[in-house]
Amino acid sequence: MEKKITITIDGQEVSAKPGQTVLECAKSIGIFIPTLCHYQNTTNVGACRVCVVEVENARSLVASCCMPISPGMVIRTSTPAVRAAQKMIVELLWSSGDHNCLTCEQNGQCELQNLVYWLKIDKPRFNIEPPGYAPDNSNTMIHRDLNKCVLCGRCIRACNEIQVNEVLDFAMRGSYAKVGPAFDADYIDSACVFCGECLQVCPTGAITFKQAKFGGRPWELDKVRTTCTYCGVGCQMDLFVKDNSIVKVMGNREYGQPNDGSLCVKGRFGMDFISHPDRLKKPLIRYKKNEDLKEVTWDEAYTFIADKLTAIKHTNGPDSIAGLASARCSNEENYLFQKFMRAVIGTNNVDHCARL
Amino acid sequence: MAGLAATFGSGAMTNSIDELEFTDLILATGTNTTENHPVIGMKIKRAVKQHGTKLIVIDPREIDLVKYASIWLRQKPGTDVAVFNGLLNVIIAEGLYAKEYVAERTEGFDALKTVVAKYTPDYVENISGVPAEDLKKAARMYAKANRASIIYAMGITQHISGTDNVKSTANLAMLCGNVGIEGGGVNPLRGQNNVQGACDMGALPNVYPAYQQVANADAHKKFEATWGATLSPKPGLTLMEIMAGAGSGAIKAVYVMGENPLLSDPDLHHVKKELQNLDLLIVQDIFLTETAQIADVVLPVASFAEKDGTFTNTERRVQRVRKAIEPPGEAKTDWEVIAGLSNKMGYPMHYTSAKEIFEEVTTVTPSYAGITYKRIEKEGLQWPCPTHDHKGTKFLHKDRFSRGLGLFTAIEFIPPNELPDKDYPFFLSTGRVLYHYHTGTMTTRTQGLSERCPESLVEINPIDAENSGIADGQMVKVTSRRGTVEAKAHITQKSAPGTIFMNFHFANAPVNLLTNPALDPTGKIPEYKVCAVKLVAA
Repeated sequence: MEKKITITIDGQEVSAKPGQTVLECAKSIGIFIPTLCHYQNTTNVGACRVCVVEVENARSLVASCCMPISPGMVIRTSTPAVRAAQKMIVELLWSSGDHNCLTCEQNGQCELQNLVYWLKIDKPRFNIEPPGYAPDNSNTMIHRDLNKCVLCGRCIRACNEIQVNEVLDFAMRGSYAKVGPAFDADYIDSACVFCGECLQVCPTGAITFKQAKFGGRPWELDKVRTTCTYCGVGCQMDLFVKDNSIVKVMGNREYGQPNDGSLCVKGRFGMDFISHPDRLKKPLIRYKKNEDLKEVTWDEAYTFIADKLTAIKHTNGPDSIAGLASARCSNEENYLFQKFMRAVIGTNNVDHCARL
Repeated sequence: MAGLAATFGSGAMTNSIDELEFTDLILATGTNTTENHPVIGMKIKRAVKQHGTKLIVIDPREIDLVKYASIWLRQKPGTDVAVFNGLLNVIIAEGLYAKEYVAERTEGFDALKTVVAKYTPDYVENISGVPAEDLKKAARMYAKANRASIIYAMGITQHISGTDNVKSTANLAMLCGNVGIEGGGVNPLRGQNNVQGACDMGALPNVYPAYQQVANADAHKKFEATWGATLSPKPGLTLMEIMAGAGSGAIKAVYVMGENPLLSDPDLHHVKKELQNLDLLIVQDIFLTETAQIADVVLPVASFAEKDGTFTNTERRVQRVRKAIEPPGEAKTDWEVIAGLSNKMGYPMHYTSAKEIFEEVTTVTPSYAGITYKRIEKEGLQWPCPTHDHKGTKFLHKDRFSRGLGLFTAIEFIPPNELPDKDYPFFLSTGRVLYHYHTGTMTTRTQGLSERCPESLVEINPIDAENSGIADGQMVKVTSRRGTVEAKAHITQKSAPGTIFMNFHFANAPVNLLTNPALDPTGKIPEYKVCAVKLVAA
């Protein structure tokens, strides 16, 4: 049996496996430590220091996300020194960016906003001095405003460690540091494949779903879980809906297999066909060859088809009729379609485009 | 699928997607995974970069995955059987195969051994262009891996030897004891959201749901009783045969639900004539597709976001689809339309929900019998799932193949139906690109995707471009014995010299005017991956 280590967090004893972090142990016993740069299934980098805690006999506060536990460790997560450090960090982040919640799409789901509120900060003690970057408006899918970036590096880790697209990294140094593709290019001019993993993980409004801008506040959107309609992977996704239209599509880490919350460009940004004006809205019939298709009622369409099929079946036999079902439709619909061809028409002439 | 059904007894991905990330070796062939199944591509890249998995790529194109591969075998288009026989030859000659597994769980080994004996690495190099040393290296690497998974897609199946190609991958997997274990298997990646489900549901001419043969008297009797109708015991026609029947007049009416054969089928000139020859063409779709434009009746239906139901993904996982919004205008769900039509024709179908249909499905589909909407509310279940307390099946053929013993198939290499010659000197291969999907009905109506990839491109190797006097971005004419298509040249190392690649997404560059309708005799799949063309600047 693997040996366990016992440590104390806020007076509670907890046993855990060697190699676990202080943050993980705290979470396992229900103690909340705020985080910002930490992101599940990516490397812990300890970049933001928001998760600092006091460790008895340690020289300074330590970042709990990166600190592996050791035997007998005594940890305190909510001392005045910890809170003061957290406030300082958050105020510095706030003042070094353009965090104007009035016009920000992330308002209501921004992790920086939540930290400010949780730490009860009225306003930062420093002057607000955003860097003044021009936003990346180069494409219709992902909007990037680096003035809202807190340099947590989540997008970089998502791009390199989750999607392994290897497009994003830090560039420049010190107060000039920024995140982006090689040569500081806009996304559209880079090797980016627009999976949108970066906007999925961004804690602030720096990287957002462009087509969702002004499409609805987070609390106005209904979330509907479904399965993607494109390839055979069957990614689980959330459709965010307002006023009978799809505002945006996001992955959800809680859904597990098969995609663990990741999506590709088609699943995330390929859904506006649904509300395209070309959608068919009424049944159409061409009464005579060479005539145009005319709008009809459903009953007219059913009657027209039923009469024709019945006549053809009567004259030429059921095997003169064939049906193509669809790898795009649901199981229920494919089942019903082949049942219709077999039981109603009386033929096994039913196939679909699996081969194409 | 016919290939896997014959060798293992079940035509589906043997293992699960998440196993790929944690296996020891992945052999990817005929799959441009990062573009066509990006989320699986992501897991393969993670496996290589983060978990030390080795990757062998066998593909004529220099696809993205090649960057992550330990070995890349670039075979000439359509020479897959020779390459696989070469791998088998090396593994058998060097005694690297799983002798106990072969003895206990398979049959047909001796015949296989006899046929592959002549496929020595040098012989295979002559046919395929794959260097003998690379072939040996790949064979040893595959054979020595503890658990190795083979993944493939249409690059394997869309050949006249498609079924043989699939059987070849199965031969290799069985030879090294890789079927029936976690992290192993032979895994066809299905290209469409519910191909697996459409097959499972019996949308095939020879089988009822769950692959129960229409020609089998028991199955026939069972479905006659359940459906209360007289059924035909005669297997029906496949898609390509239906099209031919329309042309000859044997087929008078075709009812198409959610397909666009007028862009997806080979040799389109022909297809259009065939469909126009019909007395009645019914098309049920979300858009007025190329096929719908020549239909007699067009029925408007709901998109996936406008209905409830289930899709079955490539790893046999049955997952929920949920209605998020109302369909536009008078559009109805496909199942409501079928039921409405059936009622009109005097066969009552009074379903009130997709759930009710699914419940009927589970009564006649043994592999789905244990699945309910309630059980898959949070996470999908992988069939076979025969009972309500069965947890679903992560990987198939554990301890025993569905057909009993795994069947080796001795296969001789046959060249593609149409090879380059003096008049048509280039290989043409077709497929998809990341930003679009199938016939483009949906993706070309999507802002972001069209912005990233607005038009069809002809991928040409720099050497060929120079020899033909073609510059990047220039319009070119690609001509086969069946037609001509114009599109923009994209000069790239991705294409091997002598080979060009085009996608089939765009109606204004319908590459299927060019493709060869020659069919695999078993799978009836057209040879989209190889035909001969000539190339000139437009």
